Amino acid sequence: MSPFITLVKRDLQLSWREGGAIGTALGFYLIVVSILSIGIGPDLKILSKIAPGVLWGTLLLSALLSVDRIFHNDHEDGTLEVMAMGPLPLELVTVAKALAHWISTAIPLVLIAPVLGMFLNLPAEGFWVLVVSMLAGTPAVSFLGAVGAGLTLGLDRGGQLLSLLILPLYIPVLIFGISTMDAVLVGPGAFSTSFSILCAITLVTVVLTPFAAAAAVRMNLQ
Amino acid sequence: MKLVVENLTCRRGLRTIFEDLSFSLEAGKGLLLKGANGSGKTTLLRMLAGFIEAADGEVRLEGGDEELELAEQCHYVGHHNGIKHSFTVRENLEFLGGYLNEENAMQHYQEALDTFNLKGLEDIPAGIMSAGQKRRLGLARLVLVKRPIWFLDEPSVSLDVQSVEILAGVVTKHIADGGLAIAATHVPLGLDVEDELVMGMGR
Repeated sequence: MSPFITLVKRDLQLSWREGGAIGTALGFYLIVVSILSIGIGPDLKILSKIAPGVLWGTLLLSALLSVDRIFHNDHEDGTLEVMAMGPLPLELVTVAKALAHWISTAIPLVLIAPVLGMFLNLPAEGFWVLVVSMLAGTPAVSFLGAVGAGLTLGLDRGGQLLSLLILPLYIPVLIFGISTMDAVLVGPGAFSTSFSILCAITLVTVVLTPFAAAAAVRMNLQ
Repeated sequence: MKLVVENLTCRRGLRTIFEDLSFSLEAGKGLLLKGANGSGKTTLLRMLAGFIEAADGEVRLEGGDEELELAEQCHYVGHHNGIKHSFTVRENLEFLGGYLNEENAMQHYQEALDTFNLKGLEDIPAGIMSAGQKRRLGLARLVLVKRPIWFLDEPSVSLDVQSVEILAGVVTKHIADGGLAIAATHVPLGLDVEDELVMGMGR
């Protein structure tokens, strides 16, 4: 097995073993969406109108909860130093860890989103586009999060600063994620236009952010 | 193989930790770093391992594996053990072996267990082990993954007398087999090394 796969496998195993991350993110997603739908009341028209925004916005917040774990624990127990001495450049270490975060946190969130969509009376034709657009957009969430996690590594309570740093960068993903859904649900505009831009944002993020994240980690290993 | 350090200078902000440090270390030799707290032993080791960039000067390896970077030919054992508390001893070593040396990941697994007395603990999560056992597990990667250069920063912390002897034996054997080791330590590790470098003498 290549070192890259070994690392991804290890991170997935750890997130499963340590449990808290997935549980917290899923629980947070469930509770916030429920609170909002209870707060807004039983007007089905309003609920289905705001459903894409609520589902997407809350998804970003939920994913953010566990983003600081991408590097924090490994920095604290010294395993990050061991990784830096390994065969992979830190850039690829970052890719492996962000990928593991995406698989372990973002995918479960995306899979639970349609269930929450029912709470919000999401129109039937919206479910597939919800899942597809989220699958396309969430890698950007994990990879941008890795940059923030790297930057706030050495800080106590870095999580709060991390939210301030990273949430603004999530806005393009949010905009095009929602406009992809709107194109299908209310129109006008074509699904493919917004969806292509969403994919482009993800691809650019996946290619560029590992360099930034690795630089941040290097700085904090000094 | 020869590790050459030339005119190495380290600055942290405006503070100069050390300046114009030069030495060289041949295969089969050990170097003991001595010096008071804060004299820059850890900084030097981290710089050699490539974590800290030198303000001036260079570290190079002559006669090493040209294909590999210096960091890939070194072990750095720092203040942290570099083990995962929710993994068992076996899983920790499996990861370290697989990640640091994919071709023969588990070839030296038994040897590592035997050397550091970890037999019988294989299926115990590292988190519930004692501090000394965790340290031994952290040190086990020295034996698990063969690398010619060792940077050891206070490797004997939380080890009992017997384990310190084991560690001293491992380091002695490594040097005898033609490896290099640089260790920073306050306690007499029983290392059989002739050279000593005393840090903080310049100030």
